[in-house]
Amino acid sequence: MKRRKFIKISSLSASAAIFANSIFDSQSRDEKKRLQNSRYLRYPNYCEICFWNCAGWVYSREDSGIWKIAGNKKDPNSNGRFCPRGTGGVGMYMDSDRLKKPMLRVSENGKETFKPVSWDKALSVIAEKFTEIKAEHGAESIALFKHGSSGKHFNRLMKAFGTVNIAGPAYAQCKGPREEAFDITFGKPLKSPEPLDIDNTKCLVLIGSHLGENMHNGQVQEMSNAIDKKATIITVDPRFSTAASKSDFWLPVQPATDLALLLAWMNVIIEEDLYDKEYLEKYAIGFDELKAHVAEFTPEWAEDKCKIEASLIRETARRMAYAAPSVIINPGRHVTWYGDDTQRLRAVAILNAILGAYGRKGGIYFPQKTGLPGFPAPAYPKANWGWKDIADGKYEFAKSSVTNVLIDASLPESPSDKKIKAWIVVGSNLPLTMPDTKRTISAIENLDFLVAVDTMPMEITGYADVVLPECTYLERHDDIRVAQNRIPTLAIRVPAARPKYHSKPGWWIAQQLGIKLGLDDFFNYTDYKDVLEWQLEQIGMTYDDVMKQGVVQFGVDEKKLYIEGYEDYHFKTPSGKIELYSTRLKEAGFDPLPVYTEHPEPPENFYRLNYGRAPMHTFSRTSNNPNLTDMMDENKVWVNPKVADQWNLSNGEEVYLENQDGVVTSFPIKVRVTERIRPDSIYMIHGFGHSNKNLTRAHGKGASDSELITNVLIDPLMGGTGLRGNFVTFKKNMQTKEELES
Amino acid sequence: MRYAMAIDTKKCVGCCDCVVACQTENDVPHGYARDWIVERTDGTYPKLNLELRSERCNHCDNSPCIRCCPTGASHYAQGGIVVVTEEKCIGCGACVESCPYDARFSHPEGHIDKCTFCLHRVEKEQDPFCVSVCPTRCMYFGDLDEPGSEIIEILATRKWKVLSPETGTKPQIFYLY
Repeated sequence: MKRRKFIKISSLSASAAIFANSIFDSQSRDEKKRLQNSRYLRYPNYCEICFWNCAGWVYSREDSGIWKIAGNKKDPNSNGRFCPRGTGGVGMYMDSDRLKKPMLRVSENGKETFKPVSWDKALSVIAEKFTEIKAEHGAESIALFKHGSSGKHFNRLMKAFGTVNIAGPAYAQCKGPREEAFDITFGKPLKSPEPLDIDNTKCLVLIGSHLGENMHNGQVQEMSNAIDKKATIITVDPRFSTAASKSDFWLPVQPATDLALLLAWMNVIIEEDLYDKEYLEKYAIGFDELKAHVAEFTPEWAEDKCKIEASLIRETARRMAYAAPSVIINPGRHVTWYGDDTQRLRAVAILNAILGAYGRKGGIYFPQKTGLPGFPAPAYPKANWGWKDIADGKYEFAKSSVTNVLIDASLPESPSDKKIKAWIVVGSNLPLTMPDTKRTISAIENLDFLVAVDTMPMEITGYADVVLPECTYLERHDDIRVAQNRIPTLAIRVPAARPKYHSKPGWWIAQQLGIKLGLDDFFNYTDYKDVLEWQLEQIGMTYDDVMKQGVVQFGVDEKKLYIEGYEDYHFKTPSGKIELYSTRLKEAGFDPLPVYTEHPEPPENFYRLNYGRAPMHTFSRTSNNPNLTDMMDENKVWVNPKVADQWNLSNGEEVYLENQDGVVTSFPIKVRVTERIRPDSIYMIHGFGHSNKNLTRAHGKGASDSELITNVLIDPLMGGTGLRGNFVTFKKNMQTKEELES
Repeated sequence: MRYAMAIDTKKCVGCCDCVVACQTENDVPHGYARDWIVERTDGTYPKLNLELRSERCNHCDNSPCIRCCPTGASHYAQGGIVVVTEEKCIGCGACVESCPYDARFSHPEGHIDKCTFCLHRVEKEQDPFCVSVCPTRCMYFGDLDEPGSEIIEILATRKWKVLSPETGTKPQIFYLY
């Protein structure tokens, strides 16, 4: 039974006009002069527009409020320079489409609608329902999906309530396979920001990373420095990416054959004796097995698979070896592609290892981080079951919770006796974030209860029973940022304005809900500032002092960043060494060394669906931000001119896309005819094609790749969702956007 | 004093940070921009070349916009920065038509608007905001009359070009390639 229909937040559209902040829209000449001469204050913050969390300053004019955002020079994540999304973060605050009041799903005249209610009413309804579900199915049947800083507050709340079914798409839809591959090989995941010593490298290899289009700020800055320093840059990408255009070598690899290329590179480096013998003898095990394994994977073997000339494979391998150990094979970040991703990332890890790059200057360094004591709270109650029990022995290498396991356990057809009955979703727009939108919606429709906490009306909020409007990061305190980097730092977030409308900070929402659930002891403070003050006091600092600096840098011994010479070093693997050959994998029944498997190619008249990022957007989160939509307000489907000729497609023409399973996009997408894409693939920016009409700038703009990704290739090691095994074709002569709207 | 900008197309990733930053710094209304990104692709797959560059007013030494302005609103400020005095501007648009770079636009309030090299910042010896935010540090701002300045050094050692040199405007934005 479908219990839940999507509701448009129509009751609020009238009030939007009243609240709309229009200082950018309709200022008079005199007003502008006045603004330019007005005094300003600046407040420290760290950016919430993406996970890089760059620290900066929010400038606020005394007479008109928040004005602009710029980086903090003491912050190693940004070096005082924000990316367009961080600079445009003001738009998240100004957006007049923001959620404004708590809302309850009610039935009126047989029609479901949202009714604005008080915070007390909304939180009471949630507390009652949570208590009821706990009594009937146990607290474990409530899952938390979270993203970003405010997720941490709800993490505390839900653990205190008794569930450990807590997950975020940052793992199984993103970097999970990489983290496990590095953990298996080196005994440690890379984490974020990745400790890649690009500033000091002599050779940077990008394989599946479109740095510069993904604005991983510090890395983009360092890639630019590497260009200045004339480091060799090698980019492997089926598309002529921005990074490819700045590279010394571009390898336009046949999609899905990356592992063959990685094995061939290893073959050259080992066969030509270019590997770091002393390093491997001292720190690694399993080299003989590796050597035997890759002996047959010659560049000639890979040439036909990858569609890259053997001579180019040889030359690029040699370039890496000449630069070693100052070489980085960048493992990328969003690596859930074909379901054998942990194995492909193992190959990346092994390649870094045989070049002696791990723990070396210009390679991968050991990141430094400081610690902060946790605010006193009672121990969490023990949960009776968690996602591992639902997975029932599968995904044994997963060290974080797997979102898709929790979503599967919410579906009516779930075979597990451990059912998820309710969700609380914080800052994560699951219908666009998870692959196979229909499946996600089907899980949502089967829930007894859904709470969504967000700043914006998103697809997920439309399906919620209770919608809680959170204020933006510019209007709230959060935990102190403790980021890893070459130097340890702290960064503080302080509100630069009062929360707009009736929105509230995440910490407050979690605390108040906790109090209603009788969990007062876990939230023993009146303002989150109290928590920060207490924590800073423990390390001999004051809130006021840290607020003046925004970022506090701590000293570091440079010797800790790299292995010195061939000194003793203990890796946190079972053997204490770098595990080129993995006995752990072997014992668990997986390939102990990465094996190339062939993946299906697109059928006739179909094209591989590749997707990626634009520098001015973060997934679907920013696609309504007025500052950023001004830069890019829709995605387009990149089509090679040969394909465009065959289909008679022209630039700007609207088409629908249909995948191998007959799923058609909800909205048409404009064609961009470009030589930058292979004739066997199409490409689109992820995060567009919003269906929520309350997103006045984003609704119906472009198409959503998540809808088209119905063939999800699960990584058996850790449950990652491989998303690149989907093929699409064009549907012409369907409704245009105008017809769709009328 | 002669202010100029050098922009390194080898490093620019076309992220638009300069555009977003300019809009917030200068209260440029949404839908308008004083700077913008140009992407140019040459060749056929897989033999390709891509140039990305950030464009804005070239603050020309021989500015057609200043010559054609009937009220004197468009004029040179310190260091050759081309600016518009809003009070004097009647919004006739002659300058918009005369500019070979399409760097000027009609502001919704009726006057003509354009890049000022962030004169209000330059007066305080700060870089234009676009230069100070750029994540790739691909933009260099400086005084061509100041011996030994970074911009002179860069223009002396790198290959560069200006846009539409055939128009005789003597642009003061130099693209490194």
